[in-house]
Amino acid sequence: MHRRTFLQICSAAVGGLFVSTYSDVSSAQQPSPPTFPPDAFVHVRPDGTIVIQVNRLEFGQGTHTALPAILADEMDADWSHVVAELAPAADVYKDPVFGLQMVGGSASIPNSFQQYRELGAKTRAMLIATAAERWRVPADQCHTSNSVVTGPANQSARYADLASDAARRPIPDAVRLKTPSEFRLIGTRVKRLDSRAKCDGSQKFGLDLDLSGMRTALLARPPVFGARVKSLDDADARSVAGVQDIFEIPLVHGSAVAVVADKFWSAKQARDRLKVEWDLSGLERADSSRLWTQYKSLAHSAGKIAVQRGDDRTIDLIPPANRIVAEFEFPYLAHAPMEPLNATVRFDGDRAEAWVPSQAQTLDQVAIAEVLGLKPEQVTFHTEYAGGGFGRRTPLDSHIPHEAAAIAKRMRGVPIKLVWTREDDVQGGYYRPMFAHRVEMGIGDDGMPTASKHVIVGQSWMIGSGNAFEPFLVKDGVDQLAIEGTADTRYAIPNFHVSAHHPTVNVPVLQWRSVGYTHNTFVMETLVDELAERAKMDPIAYRLRLLAADAKKLRAPLILLQERTATWRHNLPRGHAAGIACSEYHETGVACAVDVSIENNRPRIHRAAVAIDVGVAVNPLTIESQCQGGVIFGLSQLMAKAAITLKEGHVEQRNFDGFQLPYMKDTPPTIDVHIVPSGDKPTGCGEPPVPAIAPAVVNALFRLTGKRYRTLPLSTL
Amino acid sequence: MPAYTLNVNGRQTEVMADASTPLLWVLRDDLKLTGTKYGCGIAACGACTVLVGGVASRSCVLPISLLGERSVVTIEAMATDPVGRRVQDAWVATDVVQCGYCQSGQIMTAVALLKAVPKPADAQIEQSMGGNICRCGTYVRIRQAIRNAAQPG
Repeated sequence: MHRRTFLQICSAAVGGLFVSTYSDVSSAQQPSPPTFPPDAFVHVRPDGTIVIQVNRLEFGQGTHTALPAILADEMDADWSHVVAELAPAADVYKDPVFGLQMVGGSASIPNSFQQYRELGAKTRAMLIATAAERWRVPADQCHTSNSVVTGPANQSARYADLASDAARRPIPDAVRLKTPSEFRLIGTRVKRLDSRAKCDGSQKFGLDLDLSGMRTALLARPPVFGARVKSLDDADARSVAGVQDIFEIPLVHGSAVAVVADKFWSAKQARDRLKVEWDLSGLERADSSRLWTQYKSLAHSAGKIAVQRGDDRTIDLIPPANRIVAEFEFPYLAHAPMEPLNATVRFDGDRAEAWVPSQAQTLDQVAIAEVLGLKPEQVTFHTEYAGGGFGRRTPLDSHIPHEAAAIAKRMRGVPIKLVWTREDDVQGGYYRPMFAHRVEMGIGDDGMPTASKHVIVGQSWMIGSGNAFEPFLVKDGVDQLAIEGTADTRYAIPNFHVSAHHPTVNVPVLQWRSVGYTHNTFVMETLVDELAERAKMDPIAYRLRLLAADAKKLRAPLILLQERTATWRHNLPRGHAAGIACSEYHETGVACAVDVSIENNRPRIHRAAVAIDVGVAVNPLTIESQCQGGVIFGLSQLMAKAAITLKEGHVEQRNFDGFQLPYMKDTPPTIDVHIVPSGDKPTGCGEPPVPAIAPAVVNALFRLTGKRYRTLPLSTL
Repeated sequence: MPAYTLNVNGRQTEVMADASTPLLWVLRDDLKLTGTKYGCGIAACGACTVLVGGVASRSCVLPISLLGERSVVTIEAMATDPVGRRVQDAWVATDVVQCGYCQSGQIMTAVALLKAVPKPADAQIEQSMGGNICRCGTYVRIRQAIRNAAQPG
């Protein structure tokens, strides 16, 4: 059968699942020519190497190992010969639930577990069918193990020797998947496939791209968000050796001056010598202290109603002595992935090629195509490895590829690598929004809350963004991301009222790892801790009592945490205290305990423990690493210099001096991870460990200082 | 533009560069040694750490004109360095990396530590690694990998 015919049949039979994409691909990270279907995902090379395509970005979270392991398990592939590659943009690689090629919401495993299992099982079935036909034996008498099919008379054939014949077979519609007892890789501590390359310097990230004729571009970005270039004097800048061109480009908000040079340093020197006057007319000059005044005032009145359960007037009937009124402040936060932002684009007139550490290939490809006046399919789009993301590469407006394309448009035929310096990143906006919360909570005679009125104030990510998810994430004028962690609380509070204000502010915002839970969980978990304290109950026992009957995703980790940490929590040295918090994110439950003391007027965290319920633990080693990393990421909210602040429209921090991330000494030397044994469908683990740690730490601090901490970052104790 | 003769990973090489060019960008853009990473440009994150004259140094703030005769050793040479190889193997065995972007700098810093102090105490590890940021938060495993690499035999 002709290959093209075969591919068309596959396409028709399985709804496009196995469409080959290799003919569109031509780059350094090009998948090897497919030699075996389902060739968009699995290639068996003649030497036995099995190349598995990963349909989403790897930026630390480990799907580059987990998804191939899932497929290889069902395929009975020899894991020691499996290689993973990041797939380019193509319809076949769209997330089966989102309908876009992207990673987000810690959804890689929940959304693609079944997909990769079926791909592996179908591949295995086709290999078996080929061997069975060769040996003229029934397929059900053949077995597979480590990339070898074995027949009833002990015949054996390597996958590599069967692959080209197997490629001509029809793809089965339905296949039997393994029972959990048959798993060899799923559920085991599979080490990362990308470790060695990331330890010897050979792993190429987007910023490391080196193409023939490539130029580096930096942007002189507006000093106030949305400003436009009024006048430009580039004479001095053009005198820098290596500078190729300097021109203005439109940004998503405002405009910027692009400097294109042979290397980074010449581009940087030239940029430093530009004399740019900016047009700031009509622009709001956002100012943190003014915003706090506005936000706190807004928080005194109800906003758009998000949740209304029971009677919201109940709270007014509760005597003041049985009420807690609490106000919280959360600043803008920067994501600061260690690899500075970048994107590379070459425009050839009737088509283009892009190399992007992209969190959403589908949307970034469209953004580039729009800038260049092309159709998305005219943009060959390669996925580059990314040095972290944490939300900063979320494509709410795809502004990074947009900027790279706008420069490339002026430099036809030249690959343009746009690089953001660290200063560009820290000052460039797209932060976790500021939030103010005001909560009134009424407490019954039994110490349990009877009513809560909760007002949340902060910019919406989604309203007016035009993003693909906007229709799903905005309900009755409330951005569901801003209220998650409060609105969906598993605590059973009978009279429960949540409302939100979404002021418009001239500061671009983006989701930050665990999104709305970053502030909502802090509010809920510090208040519940306060309630437990008032009730003179153990903080875990109190939470277990307050949880709704069906909150099993939190109950199990809390109980596990209680068992595994009891010894150290109840035997802390003098001057130490334990703190507890829990959080459920997209059906993953997390409970956290910390051991904290105070050193130099800062919290010193000696130990943290996380208990997590992710359903089936696909890779316990990755889950452990994500929990450890998530705890440390969550701690970055508490750093003394964690905040991004604005003064009259200008960001006050520049780099890792005025803005600080946790260093090793700021983090616990021990982070124990306890995984709840479960047979439930797998859920995510990248974001869920983040929200609980910060409230756990301040809950411990309360036990040391008697103070409740409701303003972040923690400036003084 | 002046010419500079460098000794990088044991090889003599000549580059033409502006005197102010940080060693980092000579390594990355001229010598194509992209294992050394740009993170902040102000010596605050450690992603650009290399050995200069045997000392762990921030290549992002070292102008090429001030390098002088000192040798430069980068992550690309670690696989053939006995301590470097041991550290890399410990990193892989401990499954340290996540995004991996900072790890060249982490490993170079750890190698410098272990060359100076073969069996560092935990406090020495924390002090020596104290200027290297890992945004993924792999610090627990970095500590463990250094302890493992320091074990004899």
